[in-house]
Amino acid sequence: MPDGVAASRATMSVDAHTVRRIASLARIAVTDGEVEAMVPEFNNILGWIEQLSEVDTDGVAPLAAVIPNSLRLRDDIVTDGDRRDEVLKNAPQAEHGFFAVPKVIE
Amino acid sequence: MSDLTDFGVTALRDGFRKGDFSAREAADAFIGAMEAGRPLNAFLVETPDHAIAAAEEADRGRAVGELRALSGVPLGIKDLFCTAGYQTTAASHILEGFVPTYESTVTAKLFGAGAGMLGKLNLDQFAMGSSNETSAYGNVISPWRRAGDSAPIAPGGSSGGSSAAIAARLAPAATGTDTGGSIRQPAAFTGISGIKPTYGRCSRWGIVAFASSLDQAGAMARDVRDCAILLEAMSGFDAKDATSLDVAVPRWEANLSSNLNGKKVGIPKEYRVDGMPAEIEALWERGIGFLRDAGAEIVDVSLPHTRQALPAYYIIAPAEASSNLARYDGVRYGLRVLPDGANLQDMYAATRAEGFGPEVKRRILIGTYVLSAGFYDAYYTKAQKVRALIARDFEAAWASCDLLLTPTAPSAAFALGEKTADPIAMYLNDVFTVPASLAGLPAMSVPGGLDAQGLPLGLQIIGKPLDEQSVLDAGLAIEERAGFSARAETWW
Repeated sequence: MPDGVAASRATMSVDAHTVRRIASLARIAVTDGEVEAMVPEFNNILGWIEQLSEVDTDGVAPLAAVIPNSLRLRDDIVTDGDRRDEVLKNAPQAEHGFFAVPKVIE
Repeated sequence: MSDLTDFGVTALRDGFRKGDFSAREAADAFIGAMEAGRPLNAFLVETPDHAIAAAEEADRGRAVGELRALSGVPLGIKDLFCTAGYQTTAASHILEGFVPTYESTVTAKLFGAGAGMLGKLNLDQFAMGSSNETSAYGNVISPWRRAGDSAPIAPGGSSGGSSAAIAARLAPAATGTDTGGSIRQPAAFTGISGIKPTYGRCSRWGIVAFASSLDQAGAMARDVRDCAILLEAMSGFDAKDATSLDVAVPRWEANLSSNLNGKKVGIPKEYRVDGMPAEIEALWERGIGFLRDAGAEIVDVSLPHTRQALPAYYIIAPAEASSNLARYDGVRYGLRVLPDGANLQDMYAATRAEGFGPEVKRRILIGTYVLSAGFYDAYYTKAQKVRALIARDFEAAWASCDLLLTPTAPSAAFALGEKTADPIAMYLNDVFTVPASLAGLPAMSVPGGLDAQGLPLGLQIIGKPLDEQSVLDAGLAIEERAGFSARAETWW
């Protein structure tokens, strides 16, 4: 299936349920009112993005790096660390040298 | 002595070296202007102690013959750069109170070169915006006003605090960052110069991330030479950024030349968009005349995929943002919202709901959607393929020219509130700046003139990878011929 067809099918499915699912994946709490407002906004933006489907990209490799650059390897030695207090300095809650979070019970 | 806030980077550096004034005098002058300029809301945090300490060190250094590249020059720093010991928020509520324990590579280089910091500059939240209206700490107001009208004007975005501060003479120069036009568009809106170098020239280490394959730091200042000086101090290889380019930093300032003999400048026909205001067309024609007068040969070129650059950008940038901004979880730094009886997942969701502004949420959600199972190829892969075609368009153009000349933005600055209702109308503001960002190319905006309402208009020069020199040279050629001397009247 050409990319464009998949894209046009994709955009048709954005409803309140989808927006809630996406917000949940993004870990952002949303109210019913916010969802209602986001549905048309989402469809507007996705509809606008849709014009990409007009471009023939058959046989084109997706761009990986804008400027040719090879990934460097460095020596496998410790160059940083031993900064526990610095790392914890901005934590909303830190206890006994750890980040503290609400109890996690599954 | 004339008012030191009228001095740019070159004049401050050289005047300080000659002994015309002390670094402390220069710092004090700008600190005074910064305080008087508070109605513009350009600074989120004022750091006069930093500017004064750097100035006093510069003065002590001068006494024993030690002069560094930026000794005597105070700067504004966009609040996207982490600054050790000074709050860094990216203009977001979610980072309120965050005080980095480390210094970004770019600011470390600037301070190492002797510059001091006047303060942290306001911006669009996480650099997402084109008008500085998405900041959690209020709009920046441009010092410019339409003739006979006091309606507050947008300073552009996302580096709107930087552009406003420079145009209002609250700072001689400032850092900016550019993901899709965030240096060039605000520079154009406020009648100053701004350059985004080749992707990889400036280290991204310590810059709050938005879209990592596009984010690039750059220089904003009153003129082209000042931009060259600042960019030279900011650039250079950094092992801490995997995309940093391991190439020498040219001596851009020393090599500046407005003689464009032998240079070919391409005029991309696709940038003549429908409904382009006549004033923008006229500005472009003026720019073409300037470059021809400087010795350049003007050639017509085609960049066939220009129209698709914006939609590709608005897939790629939100996709990368949704990934980068996943780190704001209320655990390690910044805001934590913990409703009664909330578990860890609830805490994440509540923290992010309260901490992020509406435009940031919009982009995270769009990004999450285009990366979600089943849609990744249709959106993200497709956009990266289109991006490859856009990069190829530029490569093909370089076969017949050395530089491209375009308007920077499709209009002069708009009034605050004029475009906030429609996200896409706001996104369209970046139509001329986004393509060069997608291709990682160096590009700069320089003032070209005023529109009929008295607001500045900018011309954009785009260059080949790593050829910032030609971009700066063409910028200088325009600057010398445009004779842009207008400045905003002080009303604040």
